[in-house]
Amino acid sequence: MSIRVRYEKELNGIFDNLVLMCRHIEVAIEKCVRALSEQDYNLAKEVFEEDKVIDKMERDIEQACLKILMMEHPVASDFREVSAVLKMITDLERIGDQARDIAEITIQLDDEEYINKLVHIPQMAVIVIQMVKDGVQAYINHDIELARSLDRTDDKVDELFNIIMNDLIGLIKKNPENAEQAVMFMMINKYLERIGDHAVNIGELVEYAITGNHPKN
Amino acid sequence: MDKKFNITVRNCDLYYSEFHALKNINIEIEEHEVTAMIGPSGCGKSTFIKSLNRMNDLIEDCRISGEIKIGDQNIYDKNTDINLLRKNVGMVFQKPNPFPMSVYDNVAFAPRTFGTKKKNELDKIVERSLKQAGLWGEVRDRLYTNAMGLSGGQQQRLCIARALAADPQILLMDEPTSALDPISTGKIEDLMSMLKADYTIVIVTHNMQQATRISDKTAFFLLGEIIEYNKTDELFANPQDKRTENYITGRFG
Repeated sequence: MSIRVRYEKELNGIFDNLVLMCRHIEVAIEKCVRALSEQDYNLAKEVFEEDKVIDKMERDIEQACLKILMMEHPVASDFREVSAVLKMITDLERIGDQARDIAEITIQLDDEEYINKLVHIPQMAVIVIQMVKDGVQAYINHDIELARSLDRTDDKVDELFNIIMNDLIGLIKKNPENAEQAVMFMMINKYLERIGDHAVNIGELVEYAITGNHPKN
Repeated sequence: MDKKFNITVRNCDLYYSEFHALKNINIEIEEHEVTAMIGPSGCGKSTFIKSLNRMNDLIEDCRISGEIKIGDQNIYDKNTDINLLRKNVGMVFQKPNPFPMSVYDNVAFAPRTFGTKKKNELDKIVERSLKQAGLWGEVRDRLYTNAMGLSGGQQQRLCIARALAADPQILLMDEPTSALDPISTGKIEDLMSMLKADYTIVIVTHNMQQATRISDKTAFFLLGEIIEYNKTDELFANPQDKRTENYITGRFG
C-alpha cells in the first residue's frame, strides 16, 4: 500500500468516526428534548449514556488526529482537514454536554406541571439538529455552500430564542410563581441557542478546511 | 551605501543542448533570508542554483538567456570576473566533499587562493569560519589532521566553513543534509538560521519539514518552471496552485 493510500485510509477512518459522533449527538439532542416534552425521566437518563459515548468518541478522534499529525506531517489541505476536525470535535463534545444539561433540568423538573405548552423549544431542537448534521455533512462532502448556509439558519434559532425569552418574561410578569420554572426553561433556551452557535463554528471550520481562509464575519 | 545582495532573475531560460531545463524563470530572492527550492527530481532546482554562480558554464552545450542580477550586477555580463563571482557566491553540495588535506588547509584554501599569505591572518580566518560553522569546538585540537577522518556531519560543516572562509555574500546549498543523521541535520539547520543574518541563503531540499522549519520563502519547481513562490508558511498551509498542493501532499504521480 502506498503511503498516500495508507494516509487516505487513516483519514477516512477519522471521517467515519466523525459521522458516527455526529449521529450520537443528533440522538442526544432529539432524546433530551423529547424527554423534556414528554417528561420522561428514563429517556432523560439515556442522554447521560449518550454523552459518555460522545466524550469517548471525542478522545478517540483526537488521538487519531494527533497520530496523523505526528506520523504523517500533513501539509496544505491535508493539514487543514485534520486541524479542522481537531477543533470541530471540541464543538461537538460541547453540544453533547448541552444535551446532557437539558436532560438534567428535565430530571429536576420531575413531574411538575409546566407553566406553558412547549411549542418553540421542540421547533428549535429540530433546527439545531439539522444544523449539526449539515455542518458535518458539509465537511465530509466539501460543500462550502452548505457550510456557509449555517450562519443564516442560525438567525432562525436566534429568532426563536427571543420569542421564547419574551414568552417567559411575560409568564413571570403574569405570575411571579412561574419564575422558578421560567428560569429553567430559559436555561434550556440558552443551551439550544448555544448548540446553534457551535454548529456555526463547525461551518466556519469547514470553510477554512476547504479554502484555507477563515470566513469574514 | 551598503551593497545589496538580493538576487533578481528575469526571463531566464536554460538549455542543455536541446533540453529546455529552465523555462522563463522570474524570481526575486531577498537578502538575509533563507529561500528553499523544492520540487521532484529533475525539475530544475539544482540547475537553477548552479546558474547563480555560473557553475553551468562548465557544462558543454549549456546555453542560458535572460538576466540574473546580484544586487545591480548582471552576473552573465561579459566582463564578470567568474572567480570573484564564485568567491561571493559559495556553494555546499549534497555529499560532503572535503579536500584530502588537513582541516586547516581546507578552510584556508580560498583565502590563500585569493592572496592571504600571512599565517596569523589565515589563523584568524580559519578560526572565525570554523566558529561560524559551529565546528571549532570539535576540531580545534586536530586542525592539522586529515579532514577525511571527520564524521559526515563534521565534514559537511567543514565544507560550510570552507565556503564561509572565502567571505561570500550568498550561500547556495544543494541538499546539504540529505546524507546526514538528524543530529547533524539539526546542527546545520541551526547554522542556517544564524548565518542568514549575514548572508543570503538558497537551499535545495527534498525534505518538506526542513523547508518549513528553516526557510522564509519557498519556490516550487516543476518541469523547469517555477509554479509557485511564496512565504513558506503560506505555501505549505494554503498553496494557490493545484500542482503545488499535489506535490507537497504526496499526491503527485
